[in-house]
Formats: sequence, structure tokens, C-alpha cells
Amino acid sequence: MELKKNEKLNIEEILKDLEKYRPRRRGWHWREKVENQKIGPFEYRETSKSLKNSIPLPAAKYFGGIDPQPDYVITTEIASGRFEDDIRRMRMAAWHGADHIMVIRTAGQSHFDGLIEGTPEGVGGVPITRKQLRATRKALDIIEDEVGRPINFHSYVSGVAGPEVAVLFAEEGVNGAHQDPQYNVLYRNVNMVRSFVDAAVAKNIMAWAGMIQIDGAHNANATAREAWKVMPELMVQHAINAMYSLKVGMKKENICLSTVPPTAPPAPCIRLDLPYAVALRELFRGFRMRAQMNTKYIESSTREATVTHVLNLLISRLTGADIQSTITPDEGRNVPWHYFNIQAVDTAKQALVGMDGLTEMVQIKRDGPLGEKVRELKERAVLFLEEILEAGGYFKAVEMGFFVDSGFYPERNGDGIVRKIDGGVGAGTVVKRDEDYLAPVCHHFGYNNLPEGLEHPCDLIGGCTLCYPDKIAYIDELDEKDNVHVRLEETQEIREKGLIKPEVEWFADGIVCMNIFLPVGEEVAEAAGLEIARRLGLVDAEIIHREIMHPSEGTYLEIKGKVPFAIDPSSLTIPKKPEMLSPEEIINFVKDNPVKIVAATVGEDEHSVGLREIIDIKHGGLEGFGIECHYLGTSVPVEKVVDAAIEIDADAILISTIITHADIHRINMRKLHELCVEKGIRDRVVLVGGGTQVTDDIARESGLDAGFGRGTKGIHVASFLVKKLREKKKS
Amino acid sequence: MQRKDDFEIRRKHLSHLTEEELEKRFWELTEKIVEPLIELARTHTSPSIERSVLLRMGFDSLTAKAIVEKCVEKGLLGKGAGHVVLKYALYKNITIKEAGERLAKGDGWDEIDRAMAVKISAASAGKVV
Repeated sequence: MELKKNEKLNIEEILKDLEKYRPRRRGWHWREKVENQKIGPFEYRETSKSLKNSIPLPAAKYFGGIDPQPDYVITTEIASGRFEDDIRRMRMAAWHGADHIMVIRTAGQSHFDGLIEGTPEGVGGVPITRKQLRATRKALDIIEDEVGRPINFHSYVSGVAGPEVAVLFAEEGVNGAHQDPQYNVLYRNVNMVRSFVDAAVAKNIMAWAGMIQIDGAHNANATAREAWKVMPELMVQHAINAMYSLKVGMKKENICLSTVPPTAPPAPCIRLDLPYAVALRELFRGFRMRAQMNTKYIESSTREATVTHVLNLLISRLTGADIQSTITPDEGRNVPWHYFNIQAVDTAKQALVGMDGLTEMVQIKRDGPLGEKVRELKERAVLFLEEILEAGGYFKAVEMGFFVDSGFYPERNGDGIVRKIDGGVGAGTVVKRDEDYLAPVCHHFGYNNLPEGLEHPCDLIGGCTLCYPDKIAYIDELDEKDNVHVRLEETQEIREKGLIKPEVEWFADGIVCMNIFLPVGEEVAEAAGLEIARRLGLVDAEIIHREIMHPSEGTYLEIKGKVPFAIDPSSLTIPKKPEMLSPEEIINFVKDNPVKIVAATVGEDEHSVGLREIIDIKHGGLEGFGIECHYLGTSVPVEKVVDAAIEIDADAILISTIITHADIHRINMRKLHELCVEKGIRDRVVLVGGGTQVTDDIARESGLDAGFGRGTKGIHVASFLVKKLREKKKS
Repeated sequence: MQRKDDFEIRRKHLSHLTEEELEKRFWELTEKIVEPLIELARTHTSPSIERSVLLRMGFDSLTAKAIVEKCVEKGLLGKGAGHVVLKYALYKNITIKEAGERLAKGDGWDEIDRAMAVKISAASAGKVV
């Protein structure tokens, strides 16, 4: 299956023949860093191979449309509850530069003792099932072909079904996963014995599959009352999971620490977060860093979140990271919307590329206050470990509430999370392996009384699924009411007729968001805002963001609501968009074929702004491309314009008729054309009309070669002129 | 537990360590904490672990769940659920798939003690598939 850029992902096609689909590869893909890479006019220090298809940052147009890809893998978390809608978002994210797609699980899955099957709808995430994974992997496989870079697929090996989920992931080509038994214990109240025993088996499978592992330590940031005080504990949590994974057999370079700069402005966050980032990277040399953005202090302002995230990215660039995760700027107010995923990916790409090679010129002052802080954090972490051993080991420490205490260790506030060894989900389910314990499958961690002389453990059963993927058993659906096919039927009409509805999360959800400023205080503004939304016809309107500009002068609101109708594209008139040449192409043509133009505002019209913007070099006008411009001024009679053109042997005439009464703009344009015919130069000269009410159609009807209206830039006109002159040269 | 920050007193024994020694200590302590946990994992199993074995043997999740539940009920989890299925297949001379499906349905458990008594060796490889 191949994707064409002008075609949408076909979900029906993806769901077809899933029982036979096999992932094409296992294991993680790091970006291929290219040293001193030349891209467009620049040489980069920290970029990777470019993409085949991508969407560059908006400002790229000033630099030849380049889209440099940073050296770090960029993560986006996508999980709306319906994977069939998520895969479209994954495609958009991949085009913007994400190559690590993380799928959050539906609420409650971590307490589900077994695997979920089929494609039920999720809450705050997606039920992770074989069918969902396979369909998503299949979609990602074709998306990665489209963008030209492998995409890492990621979810969670946690909860009470860790080992099974790990096998499932290994079988279905999932490339990375969160796995940290401490996360289960502290935040999911899974029994601690069960959690650690299961984790070893799960990690061993992950190691075989070459998956990267991300730990769960960052959750202490989000949970602790004063996030910056848990830094010593975070290092302890990272260490326990990292060491446990190494002992199971995972490679160091596949073990990633999930680390978040703990604070955010208005705290002096860089001064607090930087020493921590340095201490962590020193203590954990050789492990990988998954730098996550701060979520704890996100409110409903997407702008505020973005600034915090850019500061997080500064820390990534200064101290290094392998995976740069992103948090959508709207996470503080709702389940992320399509375009906020894209914004977050762009924020990472923009900031990382912008800070390319920063450490070549800027260095961290390791001595001084930062060094003292680094030392202190390390010592506090060592003291923490000492006390765990004094208490009688990890389980005892958890029972005593050592973890997620808001005190800056060794300070203790007594508000840590307490779990009991015989408590929690799955308590009492772990049993000792008997002397004759046997598991006739490959890559099984722990004691296994296999007969001697066996080449592969699975020879006893004629092969396991890890050696023979054809043995994998596939369940399609278990619930005939709650599945992807039922959901697709609900939107079938809209999809088949190609109707258009706004959406932020699910296909045709109808949601739009309005930005409104109201010149009143907050309370009145909110009531007025909702009334405006109601009168505009929005359904279920809700204020999702408010910012006081001044207690009485004004309030800024963002209001979402649902549009209760769909648009039929066949009912629309869609103006043709002229194809634009690149600035280089225009400049090169003009260099080889000098172009002269005459320009004037004609008739009785004193407006010059529009035309000057088209011409002036400082506005990116025609002069900037090397075109010789003779500007005659305002209120110029058409005759004079034509005479001037003859005098300098112009290639084109540009007239502007900005304010028009009684069709005077049509009259002027027609007059220009006729005069040129009369003087015998019409064949030689390109005629262009412009003005706020001018359209291409009106200008052509009036005998000109093109017309340009509101919003026209110099490059549009230059592009047209070059194309037209090229044609003329040919004929 | 509540405690004021007594870092300055507690750190005394660390103050003379070089940065390198301090980091070494950090990892030695971590290893000491982790070792008993690893040993626990090495010698124990759980329903999820056994279901993961059955998945690798080619059973779907529903069948795996049913077999493991029976194993727990019969006190056989410590033998390994895959082990139980393998022995039953050898005992009845049927395929692994058939053995698992029968056990999942609740059949065969009255014979399971006799089945478990079947001896296996490297030569058992290839006897059942």
C-alpha cells in the first residue's frame, strides 16, 4: 500500500487483511546524525538525515523552504480514544518531524489482568489490543515510507499484565515502551512483589525485541506537591529501574531515563533545573536521556505552555538528550487536539534547530554554584539509597512511605505514598517456581528447568511465536457493539459524500475554537462570550481559556463549540491558486534575462501603498529579485504609463487601481490594453492590474494578462512575470 | 515520617569522597538494593508471566487466560502453565494447540497428575507440535 500526498489515509484499506499483517521490522531506530550538514544556505552541527516529504516551519520560505531535522528523536503522544482517527494525526505529525509516536492507554487498562482484544473505544487513551496495534503499525509502516524515515511506535508495558503486553509488543513490531515496576507500585497501586517479578520477564522480552525502555520516574514530578524537591528521589528511582533492567539483560543504550525539568516560570526554572539535568547526565553516563517537557505547571494558556517548553528545550540542548518528547500546549485544558500535537512537534523542531551548535559557543560553568548544586544532589541521592538499605531494602522503604515525599531529601514531610507488601492489585498472586518449573518458549527470564542438550527451548513445542511469527493467534473483535467498524458506520455518509466538518479530535466532531477579546471584565466577558457563541449557532459552547487583560478594560477568551452542519465541497467555488516559483528560480531568470517594468497608480487615485509593497525591496517586492522598476507615482494617466513603457522598452506594465467607483478599474484596465494594441507593443509587453477589488478574472476580462487582489505579495507578481516572460521567449 | 533537613550532618561521611567515588558509591548501593529483587523475580512466577508463556506458545489471550486460571485453581502455577500444556500433549499424544484448548475448556484436569509424571528430555523435542 502506497500513500499519495494528495490522498487521505484509507482506514478501510488499513483494516483489511489485518490477520495476515506482519510488522516489517523490530527494534528502535535512532536518527542518523549528519556531521556539518549543508542544508540550503547553512551548515548545521546537530541535524540528521532530511525527510523525503515534510512540512517545514513557516519561516522556511525565507531560506529556500528548508526543513532541517534535529539529531534528537522527536516524540508526540497521540491517543484520543479512537485509533482510527489517531492514525491521521500520526501522519500529520510525521510530516512535521515526529518519529516517535506514543500511544497512551485507556483509563483502567493497567488494572486489567490480561489482554484486551478488539477495538473498543477508550477514555483518555486507547485500549491497547493486538488489532489496534497491528492496524496502527500498518499505517505507520506506510507513513514512514511516505516521509522517508522509520517511525518508532511506543506504548506502555505496565500494570498487571506486563509480561503479556511485552510479548504482544514484541510480536507486533512496537519499538519502545514505558516499563518501570516502581510506576505500577507508586501510581497504579499494583502489588509490589507482582510488579517487580513481572517486570523482569517483560524487560527480558523487550530486550530481545530491541525495544527501548523509558522509565516512569518523571511521574514523581507531576505528583509531588513541590516538584523541584523530589530531585534526589528521582535519581534513586531512575537508578533502581536502570540497574534492574541491566541485571535482566537489557542493553544500557536501550535504557532511557524519562526526565523532566521540574519547574516552570515564574520560578527561576533554568537555575533550578539545570544543575539537576547536569547531575543526572553525569551519574547516568551511557544511558539514554528521554527529555520530557513539563506538564505539572501547564494551565489553559497554550502560549505560556509553549514558552515553558522552549526553556525545557534549552536545557536539552545544553545538556544533551536522545529523545525529545513533547507535551501539547493544550494538555492543561483538554485531551490534545490535532493541531496542538503538530504545534508541539514544531516547537521542538524549531527550538532545537534554532539552537543548533549552541554548545560550540556557550558552555555550562561546571564550577561555581552549578557544580556545588550538582554535588549536593548526588550526595542527597546517595543518602537516600543508604537509608533504603538501612530500612531493610526497597519493599520496606515503600511500606515506610519513602517515595514521593514532598520534602527535599533528607527532609521528610510525611506525605509520601505508602504501599504494603501484601496490598494492591494482584496481591498474593505470585508463586515460587517449583524445581521442575518449565517454560517451553524462548527468551524467558528466570529459572527454567529445561532438559539438557536442547538447542532452543521452543523445540519442545515445535517453535514459539518469537521464532515463528506465523504461530501468533489473532483475535479480531469480541464486542459487536463497541468496535471500529460500528464507529466508522456512524460517519460513513459524511466520508462517502466527502462532506466537510471541522474536527479537533475525532472525525467530524464539529469542534471549532474562537478567539475573542471583549472590552469588559472577566465575569461579564464570559457571559457575553457564551452568548456570542450561541448566536453564532455553536452548540455546547464552553470557555476553555480566559486571560485578564485588565480588570475592567478587557478579557481575552478562547471558546469552543460544535458546528451543527457539514459543508459539501461541490457547493463551493474554489479560486485557482497560481503556482509560485521559488525566489532562487526568479532571481536566476532575471540575472540571465534582465527585466524592466513600469508601474503606476492610474486614474485619479492617490493611493500608493499597495503598489509600493509589490515593488519595494524592503517588502520583499520585485526589486528584491533584481527586476528594474520604474515607479511613476499616483494619479498617472494611462497614456503616460504606456509612453513610459515604450521609452524604456519595458517588459511589463503594472497598474494599480485601488479605490474604484462605477467600474472605473475595469475601464482603466481595458484602456491600458487597447492603448498598447494601438501603439503596437501589446505583443511585447505583459500587462498586470492590481488593487483591492481586482481579481484575476476581472483583469483578464478587461484584456490584461493577470490581475492581483488583496493579500498579494511581490513574489506572486514576480513569479507570474517570470513564467509569462519565459513563455514569450519560447514562442 | 517527618524530619527536618539534616543534610549537613548526614553528609559528613561523604564529604571527603571525590566525585568519582561518590558516583561509584551511588551505583554500588543501587546494586545492593536491586539484587534481592532480581533474585525474587528469577525464582517466582505470576499469572501474567504464565499467560505470556502461553501466548508465545501460540495461544490467543482468551485461551491463555482460561488455562492459567485452571492452573492457579489446581495449584500448578509453580510448575509453569506451558509445562502443564506440554505434558498433557505428550501424555495424550495430541498437538499443543489441542491440548491447550481442551485444558482451557476444563477438560483433562482429572488426568493432569498422571500427565505431569511424563518425563521429558531433549529427545522430547519434535514429539509434539
